[in-house]
Amino acid sequence: MANKISDETIEYVGILAKLELSGEEKEAAKADMGRMLDYIDKLGELDTDGVEPMSHVFAVQNVFREDVVTNGDMRADILKNAPGEKDGMFMAPRTFE
Amino acid sequence: MELWKMTALELSGRIRAKEVSVAEAAQAMLDRIEEKDGLYHCYVTVDKESVRKQAEEIQKRIDSGEFAGVLAGVPVAVKDNMCTEGVLTTCSSKILGNFVPVYSAEAVRNLERAGALVLGKTNMDEFAMGSTTETSAYGVTRNPWDTGRVPGGSSGGSAAAVAAGECFAALGSDTGGSIRQPAAFCGVVGMKPTYGTVSRYGLIAYGSSLDQIGPICKDVSDCAALLEAIASYDAKDSTSVRRQDTDFTSALKEDVRGMKIGVPRDYFGGGLDGEVKEAVQKAAGLLRERGAAVEEFDLSLVEYAIPAYYTIAAAEASSNLERFDGIKYGFRAENYTGLHDMYKKSRSEGFGAEVKRRIMLGSFVLSSGYYDAYYLKALKVKALIKKAFDEALSKYDIILGPVAPSTAPELGGSLADPIKMYLGDIYTVSVNLAGLPAISLPCGKDSGGMPIGLQLIGGCFKEKVLLQAAYTYEKARGEFGLPEGSGKDAGSIADREEAEEAGRYGEAI
Amino acid sequence: MAKQYETVIGLEVHVELATKTKIFCGCSTAFGGAPNTHTCPVCTGMPGTLPVLNKKVLEYAVAVGLATNCTVTRYGKFDRKNYFYPDNPQNYQISQLYLPICRDGSVEIETEAGKKQVGIHEIHMEEDAGKLIHDEWEDCSLVDYNRSGVPLIEIVSEPDMRNAEEVIAYLEKLRMLIQYLGASDCKLQEGSMRADVNLSVREAGAAEFGTRTEMKNLNSFRAIARAIEGERERQIELIESGQKVVQETRRWDDGKGESYAMRSKEDAQDYRYFPDPDLAPIVISDEWLAEIKAAQPEFRTEKMARYKKEYGIPDYDIEIITGSKHMADLFEETVRLCGEPKKVSNWLMVETLRLLKERGMDPEDICFSPENLAKLIRLVDGKSINGTVAKEVFEIMFEKDIDPEKYVEEKGLETVSDEGALRRAVEEVIAANPKSVEDYRNGKGKAIGFLVGQTMKAMKGKADPGMVNRLLKEML
Repeated sequence: MANKISDETIEYVGILAKLELSGEEKEAAKADMGRMLDYIDKLGELDTDGVEPMSHVFAVQNVFREDVVTNGDMRADILKNAPGEKDGMFMAPRTFE
Repeated sequence: MELWKMTALELSGRIRAKEVSVAEAAQAMLDRIEEKDGLYHCYVTVDKESVRKQAEEIQKRIDSGEFAGVLAGVPVAVKDNMCTEGVLTTCSSKILGNFVPVYSAEAVRNLERAGALVLGKTNMDEFAMGSTTETSAYGVTRNPWDTGRVPGGSSGGSAAAVAAGECFAALGSDTGGSIRQPAAFCGVVGMKPTYGTVSRYGLIAYGSSLDQIGPICKDVSDCAALLEAIASYDAKDSTSVRRQDTDFTSALKEDVRGMKIGVPRDYFGGGLDGEVKEAVQKAAGLLRERGAAVEEFDLSLVEYAIPAYYTIAAAEASSNLERFDGIKYGFRAENYTGLHDMYKKSRSEGFGAEVKRRIMLGSFVLSSGYYDAYYLKALKVKALIKKAFDEALSKYDIILGPVAPSTAPELGGSLADPIKMYLGDIYTVSVNLAGLPAISLPCGKDSGGMPIGLQLIGGCFKEKVLLQAAYTYEKARGEFGLPEGSGKDAGSIADREEAEEAGRYGEAI
Repeated sequence: MAKQYETVIGLEVHVELATKTKIFCGCSTAFGGAPNTHTCPVCTGMPGTLPVLNKKVLEYAVAVGLATNCTVTRYGKFDRKNYFYPDNPQNYQISQLYLPICRDGSVEIETEAGKKQVGIHEIHMEEDAGKLIHDEWEDCSLVDYNRSGVPLIEIVSEPDMRNAEEVIAYLEKLRMLIQYLGASDCKLQEGSMRADVNLSVREAGAAEFGTRTEMKNLNSFRAIARAIEGERERQIELIESGQKVVQETRRWDDGKGESYAMRSKEDAQDYRYFPDPDLAPIVISDEWLAEIKAAQPEFRTEKMARYKKEYGIPDYDIEIITGSKHMADLFEETVRLCGEPKKVSNWLMVETLRLLKERGMDPEDICFSPENLAKLIRLVDGKSINGTVAKEVFEIMFEKDIDPEKYVEEKGLETVSDEGALRRAVEEVIAANPKSVEDYRNGKGKAIGFLVGQTMKAMKGKADPGMVNRLLKEML
């Protein structure tokens, strides 16, 4: 395997992705990611100099809304699925130190 | 003929002729589901009460003349990654195990506006990540042709439900082949429209630049009718395209004379199962007999499609799935210390292995220092692949090839080796990268009796050409049949035991 | 000799745009709604929802770019900035990194040291986050998404400023331009304008920049000035003691007058930006750009020159009036209605400024209409009310924007011009104040002032003072 994924990398990606992997999962993830990256490295065979990266497949452009209020109070609907709710707000673990 | 065996259009003809009531059609489906779904497990959610209520309401509106279209009263199924107001929408994930949307996907609303009856939500690979429907958090779906095999994925529940007669038609979504491949494995017709044809509003995103909703049906005519109903310009979706040519049923003509069909040599090399190859080549021959000009050509870049696709899809998925954080909806872990621990625990417990694998990969390819080498490179390769297809499609009306390298594999055999599983998408992913329409329809069976899929790929917005060719082929091919009553009886006791064993194995992965 | 240090400052200024709706959905941006009442599935990040760009946001952003001499990007995109935080419902913020809407601009600022150009690196559009409220009782945070998706532009300057005075001049300049465009009210205290300060120090004459820090949570010019001074000292101390400045984000605590690092293990600061596939690219044609350009208002410098020429009011008045777009609009419209620039200016310069100061308000908070101010001026001109009454009426108008004509009528404040009634009042005052009468007759001219005052008092202020004066002189 050309791509060796270190523990630090898996740890780091876990922080980015907010995933906590068990020891076993971490090992599997290291192997999987290394193999996938080896595979993706195949793209390096292609000369893409001067090729414009294509983020959008079609020439659809300038899609806008007018600045007109269309929504009313939907609070009850918005909070319907909340795991925790108080005073019309979503409850989250504290963010303040 | 038994009701459940009818196509959607056959049924709606009977409904319009008042030979069958909507309630009878709905009940026939509920009976079928009751009888078969314990085995096939096509559905995640069926709300019988709501089905009966809808049936009554739709009947009234048919009687009043309000619903006069060809889908009025037709019971359909919807893949569980499309939001349905008031109905559980899980994406076959634990993390959305209790999510009841307060809005419906635009495609679902379009079906409802056409008078279709939504039976329930079909099983899928978790967040549409998979090719077997085995990554569902709610158990595997079995292939009605052989319950020891997978139905394909990720829209496996929808394809299996159509094949099993547990619905008359279904909606699936296709990010890299997720409509076409399960349709091929289940011996039904599936279509991925041109990107932007069907609104993505309310479709829970996997790879936003690749996702497209489409129909899975018993035949090409149903497929055209369903696509006609769900295609619409939607101001809520910035990638929606305003099209005038969505009268797809008008393309159901038996005529391919003068049509130019290109068959990429690079689709028939190593890795393609011999029986599949033979069946697909036979299909090409049949179209030639009917007057199409069929020739081989070199498409190029085929082996780069999968790495480009998985890079882009994983990157977009890693971002799209960030919203599942245990705060606004869905699963929140019970025990945690502080905010970030809550995020990590909820997501780690809520997502399955394949989803985590792709989120990790996607986060990595976007991360500082790797963006250019991986993500940007993939976007450039995507541009090259699109160019290759555009060039081919300037010469040919249609590109013809297989849907998948093999027929449906056995349950439990795929997940252990992800790269091998991803390789199964080799003929389907480029279509998504290039935004093209493509249709998958049965073109034969292998020696084990498993259906083989034929794929026709068209130029942007050329669904009508595809439908016309597919319709012509379907007529030339003759009746394909449904699994039950044609060959192996998948409902037998012996099969069921064998299937359950395989299922346990599947779940244990 | 102690080393000399130079402070190098760049600013990231967030401005909340004055649109009626959010950047990607049809929810209202109005302040003051109960929590989560201005939200919808889109701005709360519900699964399957998609953003659609508010055209007005783009137009405002381009207009600000043109006003700051930027090059407008003709092919632009939005990017996703990925980070987890509860105020960010999708856990990515839709922003612009790779192709921001405007680039390479500059504005001229003026300080005591003279004029100077401050470069604008870029302007990009993005969405605001929701609000977090700490709940002591449950020891948790509560999330209100009313502000989630409110449109912002972020104006990123070049590191061209060297002290707090320049920073404040730059902010004032931006505020003025943006207010004139009507693109935002730019209130620092209310958060519709927020400035993050990027600051580094280097030895005077050094070619390279030092390591910079980013300071957040600066809610007033005073806080900005104090934070700049504090951070400059902190960095110099570190350098002098042989330590390194760490590149980090710090939060300013204005109460304590110090900052602290906002770092945490979970803060990777790796935002994994990539083009948002849900939003279509933006293409700005020559025609469109020309349209936006043509719709640009008269800015302050041009306005000042015109006022001088057209209205002939003092430079100081012009300076003050044009210092607020709202006040300038009020001035111009009132002048249009009553044709009395000097009188309008006087009302603004004297009574209005006095009341604003007393109540600690900004000129933007002025609520009375030009129609009512014009009416008041006409009432005085037509001698329907005298100056004292006019001031009283103005004060009420300042508070509640009442119609002065109606008010004067209802309260019976018109000047009494009935000579008979006045004569009787004057007679009574003369009879009651023999001492003053005596003084006046003995040549003490000033004594008449007292008698006028007494008469006005007897008339409850509603007499025409000129007339009282004439009658008194006549009758004495």
